[in-house]
Amino acid sequence: MKPFRYHRIKTLQEASHLTQEPGAVILAGGTNLIDMMRLEIMNPAAVVDIQSLPLNQIETLPSGGFRIGSLVRNSDLAFHPSIQKEYPVLSQAILSGASPQIRNQATVGGNLMQRTRCTYFRDGISPCSKRNPGTGCSAEHGYHRSHAVLGISDSCSATHPSDMCVALAALDAQIVLEGKKEKRTVPITEFYLLPQNTPWKETALEPAEIITAVDLPELPEGTRTCYLKVRDRSSYEFALVSAAVVLEFNQNQIQKARIALGGIAVKPWRVPEAEKLLHHSTPSKKLFQTCAETALKGAKPKKDNEFKVELAKRVILHALSLASKTKKE
Amino acid sequence: MPINAERSRKKLTSLKVNGRVYEKALSPISTLLEILREDLGLTGTKHGCELGECGACAVLLNDVPVLSCLTLAVECEGKEITTIEGLADGNRLHPLQTAFAELGAAQCGYCTSGILCVAKSLLDKAAQEKKSNPGRELSRAEIKEALSGNICRCTGYLKIIEAIELTAERLNLFHRCEPVREDR
Ligand SMILES: Cc1cc2nc3c(=O)[nH]c(=O)nc-3n(C[C@H](O)[C@H](O)[C@H](O)COP(=O)(O)OP(=O)(O)OC[C@H]3O[C@@H](n4cnc5c(N)ncnc54)[C@H](O)[C@@H]3O)c2cc1C
Ligand code: FES
Ligand code: FES
Repeated sequence: MKPFRYHRIKTLQEASHLTQEPGAVILAGGTNLIDMMRLEIMNPAAVVDIQSLPLNQIETLPSGGFRIGSLVRNSDLAFHPSIQKEYPVLSQAILSGASPQIRNQATVGGNLMQRTRCTYFRDGISPCSKRNPGTGCSAEHGYHRSHAVLGISDSCSATHPSDMCVALAALDAQIVLEGKKEKRTVPITEFYLLPQNTPWKETALEPAEIITAVDLPELPEGTRTCYLKVRDRSSYEFALVSAAVVLEFNQNQIQKARIALGGIAVKPWRVPEAEKLLHHSTPSKKLFQTCAETALKGAKPKKDNEFKVELAKRVILHALSLASKTKKE
Repeated sequence: MPINAERSRKKLTSLKVNGRVYEKALSPISTLLEILREDLGLTGTKHGCELGECGACAVLLNDVPVLSCLTLAVECEGKEITTIEGLADGNRLHPLQTAFAELGAAQCGYCTSGILCVAKSLLDKAAQEKKSNPGRELSRAEIKEALSGNICRCTGYLKIIEAIELTAERLNLFHRCEPVREDR
């Protein structure tokens, strides 16, 4: 680890003042940042420890729905009774990721901002434009089994590794950002940027801004959800493919559907074209199959990750079938 | 002052480990794992992958299991740290330690301190929950899930799980309904 200045701050003003400094980063649970600093992939000049800020509440919103403070620990969020009851897909997604110890440390803000697990990015030496702008992408011609097939560009096909964020995308979560003059709210789908030819620009977060909360809109009565994750071993592993499904039901009819994919895309990936097929429909295997085909239409697989396309279709199909059978309590 | 010297300047920090307060000049770049082992001589906490992948370094921070390799020591000021050295009460072993010894649930022992800390927190939490919910019992599935971040290369896990079940049984937190070796 390279030396840095350490600041433990008590107010948001201090945080945004200190993070304006070039080379300053925020420390929350540390499970990703300290890893990145130990590997010397991130070498901040200053570390701003925000863990003393009062951002660890889960509150109901006046408009319905919930506001989750960005310092709420992943375990606390997953086991919160209202979240388990109202948004089971979110609890399932969080609990399918990492290990209990890591989830005890990890925060909502840190989970949103965690860096990719791309091995070329993490090895510190391979050409990688995300780590060293302009050096190219080693996955282009190298082994790329774990890489994305959706949203990729010539300069990067690294996946966003989070499970939690896939569920948040399917829930239409809003990210609350503070620190600049105006507090602002950004839909999660717009919060993440496509790599295009600037893969080092990952999110809409600006210098001096910090994530203070995530807002979850209320789900109508009768909504059914499911998170399904497929990975190389049954626990403590990142997703090969995952799907979060949120189906708003009216009796036996799907009114609205939202599907987000993980493990195969450069960001938590929504599939609006496929979702549209399910609006005002009667669930059936055939319909779900067409929906899965549509969801993967834009996929650009290469040799080692071609299997993910078929795998993703089956995961979507299975997640939709499971969700349509689970009634919200 | 040269930039690196300024940044790595040590700061006097007090750390509370196993009930004892240590005043130490800490550099921000030291992880809790490094400080426990190298500065405080508490070498029971093991140094494995240092990437969050193995659980050998698990300790309790305010009674919650965390990974000391992914925690800066300076972050821990004002918190209670419990390591494997804090489990026994003087010469009296913790019931988990007794059960692990009885069943031979450790081989090389590298994973054992992390596992014992995690298991202690699991049992303590279940005992707490039992106060308001007298029917509260642990299940094998819950024990396995709690240990899912602790890698053991020697035992194959079965004896570890059995030793935790035995302890839980002795604390009235587990009811054995199948023969011990059935799902080997
Ligand atoms: C071995 C291992 C396995 C894992 N497996 C999984 C898995 O299967 N699924 C999964 O989803 N995740 C997995 N993870 C990742 C884990 O979920 C993340 O490390 C964790 O969520 C990060 O949260 P944190 O609070 O510790 O973040 P930190 O490490 O503190 O921060 C991460 C990044 O976010 C920034 N940041 C933190 N908070 C804020 C804020 N409020 N505003 C702006 N920026 C902020 C930091 O500057 C930093 O760049 C795994 C991690 C490890 C080490
Ligand atoms: S040494 Fe900390 S998890 Fe392996
Ligand atoms: S006893 Fe050797 S690693 Fe577990």
